[in-house]
Amino acid sequence: MKLDPSRAFAWACLLAMLALTVVPLWVVVKTALTPSQDVFSQAAQLWPDTPTLRNFTRVLGLVSHEESLAMGGSGAEVHFLRAVGNSLLFTGIIVTLQVLTSSMAAYAFARLRFPGRELLFGLFVASMMVPGVVTFIPNFILIKDLGWLNTMAGMVAPFCLMSGFGIFFLRQFFLSIPRDLEEAAILEGASPLRVFWRIVLPLSTAPLATLAMLTSINMWNEFFWPFLVAKDETMQVLTVALQSFKSQTPQGSPDWSGLMAATALAVVPVLVLLFLFGRKVVESVQFSGSK
Amino acid sequence: MSAVPRPPSAFGPNRRRETLTAFGLVLPALIGFVLFYAWPAWRAVEISLTDWNLLREPNWVGLDNYVKLWGDERFWRGMQLSAWYVAFNIPMQTVLGLFLAVVMDRLARSLFIKAVVLLPYLLSNVLVALMWLWLLDPLLGGVNALLTWSGIGHQPFFAGETQALATVAAVNIWRHMGLVALLFLAGLQNIPRYLYEAGALEGATEWQMFWRITLPLLRPVMVFVLVTSVTGSFQIFDTVAVATNGGPLESTRVIVHYIVQNAFSFYKMGYASAMSMTLCLVMVLYTVLQMRILRANENDLA
Repeated sequence: MKLDPSRAFAWACLLAMLALTVVPLWVVVKTALTPSQDVFSQAAQLWPDTPTLRNFTRVLGLVSHEESLAMGGSGAEVHFLRAVGNSLLFTGIIVTLQVLTSSMAAYAFARLRFPGRELLFGLFVASMMVPGVVTFIPNFILIKDLGWLNTMAGMVAPFCLMSGFGIFFLRQFFLSIPRDLEEAAILEGASPLRVFWRIVLPLSTAPLATLAMLTSINMWNEFFWPFLVAKDETMQVLTVALQSFKSQTPQGSPDWSGLMAATALAVVPVLVLLFLFGRKVVESVQFSGSK
Repeated sequence: MSAVPRPPSAFGPNRRRETLTAFGLVLPALIGFVLFYAWPAWRAVEISLTDWNLLREPNWVGLDNYVKLWGDERFWRGMQLSAWYVAFNIPMQTVLGLFLAVVMDRLARSLFIKAVVLLPYLLSNVLVALMWLWLLDPLLGGVNALLTWSGIGHQPFFAGETQALATVAAVNIWRHMGLVALLFLAGLQNIPRYLYEAGALEGATEWQMFWRITLPLLRPVMVFVLVTSVTGSFQIFDTVAVATNGGPLESTRVIVHYIVQNAFSFYKMGYASAMSMTLCLVMVLYTVLQMRILRANENDLA
């Protein structure tokens, strides 16, 4: 294959951009593998002289507090596995409920006739435009008044029932399904609910998966709301736990090797997601911009 | 938004049942909407007209908070910093993303490359901030080791009063560039190839074709990217909260950080709400203006 100069230049740019993505992640992994006491002296190296997994075991809570201090930890602790568990629960509850309630509402908007339909749909779509800064104070007060601070319920409540994007997106898809199948079922006496459950939902696995994917990514990465309502150590999701691990530095400087071990571990679920569902993730994210 | 076709009365005479079922299906979303969007939006206006501090009963103070905000240097400083942040962040992110998309469109459409390009966006703001805090550490970070070696010399990055905000912006460009590139790439692939073939026959250069064909036809994607990314990045908070917490010397105390500080450190709920409402108004005005200027709902391919 002939390589003309402009093509070579384009390749050089692409490779440079890819390196810009990958090299920082490499440095994270390298730092995580470096013994704490060598982090500063070997900061400029690409590979530690004596790589170790101890930072990982330390972060995962597999060694005692004293041992961890002796290894050069800052004395701060991150309950990594518990935070991952909280994040999984937080994301799982929201994704499940949001996909369910969005598909229910979207079906009603796409297929059923009821008074106030257009107005309600317009309001739901408009809710996407409300910036988070407007609602967070009243929502915080509501959660506080309900006694739901530092609970999973308080964390998931504002997200789990309604998603303007989810409703809009699924309604568009439902409108595109040919009505023939549904009409046949209705002629045979099927109720609207039955049509929804038995015909429309099974035909919609692809858009449902897209919505679930996008919601999972957003919720797994959500920081602001859990940071406001669930700072309590036992309830922290991963993002909040990492932030608080960073800001606790009982012995002066942050525990970089520990932090980078935690960071590296936190990247793993994302890599797994990309490895298993790469195409779906890329297509879902691209889709979100093509409305 | 497309007009809603009136569905035929598929469920026949059972109108009552149809209506009831429909309300049943919409109900959970409606509860969510009322409890967490509509009512809070109303409450936010109400609270902004009081001096509420969570501890005692709120007093009605009328527009006092808004008057105070008008004269609050720190509020305007926060707005200004957020605006600067957007000015650093958006043009670079959009141009780099577009460039990367054009390059990818030409060379490589492999899933692997797309996945690598998207990877930073899939990491949370918190993770990204932590990574770069270490990489850009003023004394020991890898980037400074490189800069010293290359003769450019140490930079303070997050720790420098004049560099901190630009550093936050750069870090977020790193996180979003790939996302923007993939959005543009999807748009590029909708442009019919024959337009370029026709252009080439007429002797147009690559550069001319980019300006005359590619860019105009990407307008819908451009509008989407600009509207969502500008309003989103004006509300920058996460990275600041993790990396600088508003410092050094308040040089990164962007508006949302200032609002959160007023609400949750000083418990000035009324004042914080008034600032939120003002910010919201600015966002809405911006969105309307942008839609007008970029003629958002027209598509040149249609």
